[in-house]
Amino acid sequence: MGTVHQITPDLTLADLRPGQQGEIVKIDSEDKTFKRRMSSLGVIPGGPVALDRSAPLGDPRIYNLMGYNLGLRNAEAQMIHVRLKS
Amino acid sequence: MTSSVTVALVGNPNAGVTSLFNALTGANNPVANYPRVTTSSATREITHKGVVLRFVDVPGIYSVNSQADDEKVGQDFLLDQSPDVIVNVVDAGHLDRHLFLTTQLIETGIKRITVLNMIDEVRRHGTVLDTEMLASALGAPVVETCALKGEGVDVLLDTIVAQVAAPAADAIRLHYDTHLEAAIVRIQDHLANLHPQELTPARSRWLAIKILEGDDTIINRESDHPELIALVTKERDHLAHEHDEDAATMLATSRFAFVNGLLREARQQHDDPDQRFKLTRILDNFFLNRAFGLPLLLLIMWVMFETTFSLGAVPTEWIKSGVDALTKFVDDTLPAGMFHDLVVNGVLAGVGGTIVFLPNIVILFFFMAILSGTGYLARASFLMDRVMHKFGLHGTTLIPMVAGFGCNVPAVMASRIITNKRSRLIAILISPFMSCSARLPTFILFAGAFFADLAGTVVFAIYMLSIASAILSAVVLNRLIPGSGSDAFVMDLPPYRLPTLHSVLHHMWDSAQGFVAKVTGVILVGSIIIWFLQEFPKDVAYSQDYDAGIVQLEGQPDGADKDEALRSLKAAQAQEKLEKSYMGRVSIAVTPVFKPLGFSWHESSAIMTGFVAKEVVVATYAVIYAQDKGSTGWTDAIKAAMPTATAVAFMIFTLLYAPCLSTIAIIAKESGSWKWAAFSVAYSLSFAWLLALAAVTIGRLLV
Repeated sequence: MGTVHQITPDLTLADLRPGQQGEIVKIDSEDKTFKRRMSSLGVIPGGPVALDRSAPLGDPRIYNLMGYNLGLRNAEAQMIHVRLKS
Repeated sequence: MTSSVTVALVGNPNAGVTSLFNALTGANNPVANYPRVTTSSATREITHKGVVLRFVDVPGIYSVNSQADDEKVGQDFLLDQSPDVIVNVVDAGHLDRHLFLTTQLIETGIKRITVLNMIDEVRRHGTVLDTEMLASALGAPVVETCALKGEGVDVLLDTIVAQVAAPAADAIRLHYDTHLEAAIVRIQDHLANLHPQELTPARSRWLAIKILEGDDTIINRESDHPELIALVTKERDHLAHEHDEDAATMLATSRFAFVNGLLREARQQHDDPDQRFKLTRILDNFFLNRAFGLPLLLLIMWVMFETTFSLGAVPTEWIKSGVDALTKFVDDTLPAGMFHDLVVNGVLAGVGGTIVFLPNIVILFFFMAILSGTGYLARASFLMDRVMHKFGLHGTTLIPMVAGFGCNVPAVMASRIITNKRSRLIAILISPFMSCSARLPTFILFAGAFFADLAGTVVFAIYMLSIASAILSAVVLNRLIPGSGSDAFVMDLPPYRLPTLHSVLHHMWDSAQGFVAKVTGVILVGSIIIWFLQEFPKDVAYSQDYDAGIVQLEGQPDGADKDEALRSLKAAQAQEKLEKSYMGRVSIAVTPVFKPLGFSWHESSAIMTGFVAKEVVVATYAVIYAQDKGSTGWTDAIKAAMPTATAVAFMIFTLLYAPCLSTIAIIAKESGSWKWAAFSVAYSLSFAWLLALAAVTIGRLLV
């Protein structure tokens, strides 16, 4: 978190509520492999994303982006910053 | 000698690469509806129009350089093997994401063909794609296919042959943002100077992009050029500073922007994805329901095992009457003597006693084909991730675990789906606890004999115990194996699909064939050996002169006392003969180990022979009880031989003890060390022994 962002988004994918549409801002992770995996799955800045549903125990959750469903744990979803789209 | 052309089938996980490989080559490799069914490359040659095409089914990759372990096989193949033609398989319903890989393949400069697979799914919903426009933008012919129905396969073969003959075309260039483009050109020039005359412009541009993206494999190959590394580091820092974003993400964003722009033009009519996935959403509302999603998963498992038991009972009866009739015929036809005994009490008892379980196994595989083919298995791993994460496991581990219900060997191999090395090792080591179909006959036999009406539920309970043991072991192993770290749960959940009848039938047919091959192979030989071991030596040094005793008893006046004394003396003689047979001697030698569990030497024999293959456990019982099964059948003989508590302990022991020989070998191979295989044997034996002891102790208290 040492870097200064032009926009400091405090909302992450894990905060999205059902029905909310978000736009990905940044993946805040030092793990290059994870970042690359995310971008190859379409999790890239500017991409729209919505929460589809949560697993029965609240974690992991399914997100809808690029017309498909992606399952992610909340721990990882917290690294993906979003801004809400109205 | 005709030289062959290497054609690599490359695509995202679950794009249908293996289905297309099967359709092109006539292979029957396993397909299912979840990502990463294929974990190692498969190769098959065919000849089309006089050209020998060597097809390679490359395991699915999301990108050419994500550098994740589970994509390594696919990525290494592309880097090192340089195929003549790449057939890039994309899911026509997920072009937005799948064409990302295409943009990377374009830059390799290798001849390509883009295959829009599962085209029927999008057509049905009204999408119309301008394939000519796609072909010119992607710089490669576009072929529409539906691999499962074999549609478009002939056109594809013709296109491949034409592409082989065609001269190499100029590679399409993706245009990046000015800063990125300038950085690429600077690195490309540097590379070209370092390797003069070696690199085509397309190749050096590709390498430059990959180095900028941070591909470690390529950087390592250039490690003797410190000035290049310095340049790359400077360019990356500069970009990160200017754009507040790393170069890899910038490149990915540009690629997706290219795909996005392309699709905006190529999709002449676009269906509503909400409409296309409506069914999936409805089914997910049900199967992933927050209130009953998890109980439903349990119920599905229960139905699966209950049906495997109860529905299997009917055809089992048919096979059994066939075996009985054959046995009776042979029994009456063959003259009395050793050969007669060998055939009737050895071969027919062992083989016949095992083959009756064929229907159960086929039914089990039917369910497994449905679970994996519909997409439910991917959901199950999503549902279970939270629970499994608590125990240090990954939700995805459920996939190799369920595969283990069929056979542990593919289960160990399926653990390649797990990215983290340590998590994967743990997944490999817990695989043998999954109750493979070879163990199913033992449970059906014992549950049927001791629990009658509840048998299906008892079989289900055994499978639950199998999962619990695997999870418990994961907890233990997590403490034993040094290191830490687990993977992120990143799973792309496919839409629900109806598995094709062909693939389900093939799955069942394959399991039936495998089982029959085992029965006529290892079980047949095993039964003969077991029969000899328990029949010989013929002349036993008895502890007392039974024959004289019998003669003496027969001389006495008739009466109930005399009959009783005769019977017990004869039984004692038979018992002593068995005990002094080779089998008896060896089994009695190890029986002290099993004494606390209440096992007799019968159980010890079955356990020892089961090391080879778990089906032999039942065959051993069949042979041992062949002589005294009489008219009531060996189910009753087994029931009379031990209390229920011991039977439960025996089922548990059979469930958990030592992987079979094939599994031991695959554990050594996949874990990379025989030490882990040896550990697996020692660990599972102790685990099985302790749990069986607990069961028999509790059982005795209850009865």
